[in-house]
Amino acid sequence: MSLLWLRVALGCYGVGLLYAIFALTRTSDTFNKTALHAAYLGMVFQLVSLVEGVFLSGHITLALVHNSESLLAFLIMTVFMITYLVYKTTSPGIIVFPLVFLLTFLGASRDQPFVLMSPDMRKGWLAAHIGLIFMGYAALILSFCASVLYLLQQRSLKAKRPEEGILSHLPALEEIDEIGYRALLIGFPFMTLGLIAGSVVAQSKFGYVDFSDPKILLSMLMYAVYVVMVCTRWIAGWRGRKAALLASVTFAIAVFTWVANYWSKTHGFVAS
Amino acid sequence: MRFQLIGVNHKSAPVEVRERLAIPESRLPEACKLLAQQPGVEEAMILCTCNRVEVLAHTNNGVADLRGFLHSYFQLAPEELEKHLYEYREEDAVRHVFRVAASLDSMVVGEPQILGQVKEAYATARAVGTVRNQLDQLVTRAFAVAKRVRTETAVGSSSVSIASVAVELAKKIFGNLSGKSVYLIGAGKMSELAARHLLAHGCGSIFVANRTYDRAVHLADKFHGQAIRFEDLYSTCDRADIVITSTGAPHAIFRREHGEQFLSKRRNRPMFFIDIAVPRDVDPAMNKLDGIFVYDIDDLQQAVASHVSDRRKEAERAEAIVNLEVERFQARLQTLDVVPTIVSLQDHLETIRQAEIDRVRGRLGHLTPDQEMAVEAMTRGIVNKIMHTPISALKTAARDPEATTVIELVRRLFNLHEKRAKSGGSGEGQ
Repeated sequence: MSLLWLRVALGCYGVGLLYAIFALTRTSDTFNKTALHAAYLGMVFQLVSLVEGVFLSGHITLALVHNSESLLAFLIMTVFMITYLVYKTTSPGIIVFPLVFLLTFLGASRDQPFVLMSPDMRKGWLAAHIGLIFMGYAALILSFCASVLYLLQQRSLKAKRPEEGILSHLPALEEIDEIGYRALLIGFPFMTLGLIAGSVVAQSKFGYVDFSDPKILLSMLMYAVYVVMVCTRWIAGWRGRKAALLASVTFAIAVFTWVANYWSKTHGFVAS
Repeated sequence: MRFQLIGVNHKSAPVEVRERLAIPESRLPEACKLLAQQPGVEEAMILCTCNRVEVLAHTNNGVADLRGFLHSYFQLAPEELEKHLYEYREEDAVRHVFRVAASLDSMVVGEPQILGQVKEAYATARAVGTVRNQLDQLVTRAFAVAKRVRTETAVGSSSVSIASVAVELAKKIFGNLSGKSVYLIGAGKMSELAARHLLAHGCGSIFVANRTYDRAVHLADKFHGQAIRFEDLYSTCDRADIVITSTGAPHAIFRREHGEQFLSKRRNRPMFFIDIAVPRDVDPAMNKLDGIFVYDIDDLQQAVASHVSDRRKEAERAEAIVNLEVERFQARLQTLDVVPTIVSLQDHLETIRQAEIDRVRGRLGHLTPDQEMAVEAMTRGIVNKIMHTPISALKTAARDPEATTVIELVRRLFNLHEKRAKSGGSGEGQ
């Protein structure tokens, strides 16, 4: 059943995906509203699916790992909706909607992976690790969206041509900048605490943190770039192209880190 | 309907004429009352803004002497006013009122203030009782038309003047302008106007620099800002988010390296340069810097031009809406015109029916309830069938310009003359 709800949610996000595609050429308030409402509905179904997953597996940590893509999609949507409530803009949707659709699609279309878990594992810490890191990911993705939008808006302002399509509805440059910076600042503690929780889990399970594991290695690299991003922004006030470049690098590493699940021993998500 | 409108606007009369026709707000109620006392005028309203003075009336014969009112009220010779006046009647008057309320007749098409001004004029006239049934319907319909035009077209969404384009661009960069600071360099009407617009939209502080310090002080006083000596320009300019420059310098006063210097001092917070000077004060290379946006006079004018053509397109759509609404309004008024006739026709036949039943009741003797009902149903059936054709003819005629002929004919055929006056009177009073 939880898979069924997830597929219904996928249908709703499909409307959002269409919005993202069409928004590049034209905008319409009706379409905007439809996409938003579809996204609300999608979130409700996804939440139902996640909660049902928890009940089915009987354990929150297991459910989180089983539905990791769906959980991440849900968190990204949550961050997107909070941004919408605060800034009244759906512009990040042009990146958020396709990404959420893809993640939900991955979650809804494949068999649930099997996870090896030793019974003595500190499950509370593991749940915290997953939840915090995912929240960090969601914030990072929003920050990346903001960087891209910043570049688009900057280019349109510099080109001095009348705005068309999505560009005419972008928030003001400083607002986009603020969204990106806030997302970055909010994501940072989540990411940090998530990594700490991960190390606690690793310590308790293996007695050490395996830095040769590709996922852990990439995570550390991503964290390092994240720290650089926060510092350059905080100290030197990096914006625009430089900030967008850093955000893109961090985002790319984040994607690789995610994909690295399939090669990581400690994050054995691979069906066995 | 007998609407009549006379007036002058920015197109028909220069400001010297318009200002002589201006009626102060305090005297508007009294003017409305005077107008309503003119022979033939049943309802009246006066719209007086800086761009127009218009007198709108509903008359009992369609030919009230509104010109005479203007001449006597303003004590102007007819020949002084005549060439500037325009007059609309009936359908044309309705269209004009709709166009004015929808801001299609404004100097800046689509500007939103005019609707508020029409609403005020309406409220004033209503308060003194010179707007009642007919004008009330017309003006409230005009509000609805204006709303429709605003929501269905983009005629009011973009601005046209350079100053408002500058404000719009500043909003695209900074979002909320409150607390942003403006640097005004050099003097000039356009740059002052842009500064004034920016301040009106929330910009907090203003710095003024001029090669002549006294002029800077004078201008700074005007804007409650701070005067800066020209030699301190480069060391202070980073404090401003928006720089408006219009000096007579023969070369650019801001070059790329200045921009880099400002950005590093501002920790890369964006800056917006509005360069109104010709030759330009800002080196175009500065626009290539991340975070600096330079718009020269041509860029601004181009933005204005694109808005104007957009607006023209939208205005055409708005005109189509107005035409449709004029037709609808007329049809509605004419339907209202035939309603009293239909009602009196129904009353008339019902009276005959009742009288005939009463007359034969004695001869019929005692009737059972069923028989009573049968007689009722039969007589009603006859009356309804007789009424069907004239009522449909009246309803069809309501959409026809010849409606009055048909109404007259039906009234004559059924001898409705006395009731007409009665129902007509009550209609006006509603």
